[in-house]
Amino acid sequence: MGRARVMGSVDEAVAGIEDGSTVLVGGFGLAGMPFGLVDGLIRQGAKDLTIVSNNAGNGDVGLAALLAAGQVRKVICSFPRQADSYVFDELYRAGKVELELVPQGNLAERMRAAGAGIGAFYCPTAVGTPLAEGKETREIDGRAYVLEYPIKAEYALVSAHRADTLGNLVYRKTARNFGPVMAAAARTTIVQVAEVVPAGALDPEAVVTPSIYVDRIVVAR
Amino acid sequence: MTAEHAGRGPLAADELAAVIARDIPPGSYVNLGIGQPTKIADHLPDSGDGPPPVILHTENGMLGMGPAAHGGDIDPDLTNAGKVPVTELPGAAYFHHADSFAMMRGGHLDVCVLGAYQVSARGDLANWHTGEPGAIPAVGGAMDLAIGARDVYVMMTLFTPEGDSKLVAECTYPLTGVACVSRAYTDHAVFDIRPGGVRVLETWGITLAELRDRVPVPLGG
Repeated sequence: MGRARVMGSVDEAVAGIEDGSTVLVGGFGLAGMPFGLVDGLIRQGAKDLTIVSNNAGNGDVGLAALLAAGQVRKVICSFPRQADSYVFDELYRAGKVELELVPQGNLAERMRAAGAGIGAFYCPTAVGTPLAEGKETREIDGRAYVLEYPIKAEYALVSAHRADTLGNLVYRKTARNFGPVMAAAARTTIVQVAEVVPAGALDPEAVVTPSIYVDRIVVAR
Repeated sequence: MTAEHAGRGPLAADELAAVIARDIPPGSYVNLGIGQPTKIADHLPDSGDGPPPVILHTENGMLGMGPAAHGGDIDPDLTNAGKVPVTELPGAAYFHHADSFAMMRGGHLDVCVLGAYQVSARGDLANWHTGEPGAIPAVGGAMDLAIGARDVYVMMTLFTPEGDSKLVAECTYPLTGVACVSRAYTDHAVFDIRPGGVRVLETWGITLAELRDRVPVPLGG
């Protein structure tokens, strides 16, 4: 909404996230995980959150710490179970957190659809599997597809490498992962970066996320 | 005509990886699933200083993935689908998750190689969930790869520790994809799976006649 603002602190950047919000959290494992913003959300204390992220936390940091703090009602992700996902595992087995399992490409495309104003889309992934049960299917040109709906969110927490003061973003290597898709899908996109540079200092040909998708920027680790 | 190598034991995992690498045409774009299939990369043709003959895709947003990174080469922003630090080769490219999965779904990947619990005679794949009560399901990119790549190869042992064939008439585990596998590479044999039936291309440590006794699927020679 309007121009992005460069915030003075992580706590200012995550201020106002309401209880019950859907929050998209970038990262694939630890790469691209916005640790500073997630720690800020733990201090901020919003509860009853729906978290959308590829994984459901590793070790005791990032999303795992948010889960451990009891702030999460539901996780929408593709790959919760990992060698070090013990925080999620315990909460899930105790019935304290709900899981919606989504194939990874559907997770990305459903957020992309939200950002692009698409009402729903037919996707061939998961046809004939338990993850398509109860969903509308349709044959198009001889192939079966499943109807998938967008994942919209109030907030996205994203980690990028560098922002300019307008909010244009560049990423680093595979830490880009879900960042650009989530930035477009959320009503308010909050981005942590290693560095903020003056507008004009990023090569416009190399900008990955244009500033229009970004609302708040903060330097954090 | 089946090539039988009965005067030796079944293939070790590295030997099986080499057999699969041999069958991947130079010029291919290839995704290697997490677990055993990552071993195939060690047997692909060497790239020298130029771009690699086979370009590896990793679902978390990269083409031109190189070998695992060690020591000072480890960069937390550069990992593979298994979250292992990797390197980049000349001509590498990074992209976000929606693009990465569009590459799969859009039929742009030539080959993917996945692990499996079971493969059926018509090429159904089960590799994401045992369906056991209490197991936490995780799917990641398996369903997207299964229906996306032009050729889906499976790499697995042919028999369970109990001696049951994993090539089956119908999968009993929950499906990952329907009629998607074109080849099953196993330690005992390579199976070519076509709409007309399953053919055995090569065997190790077992004859075609013995295979027909132990695998509950009609096998052409």
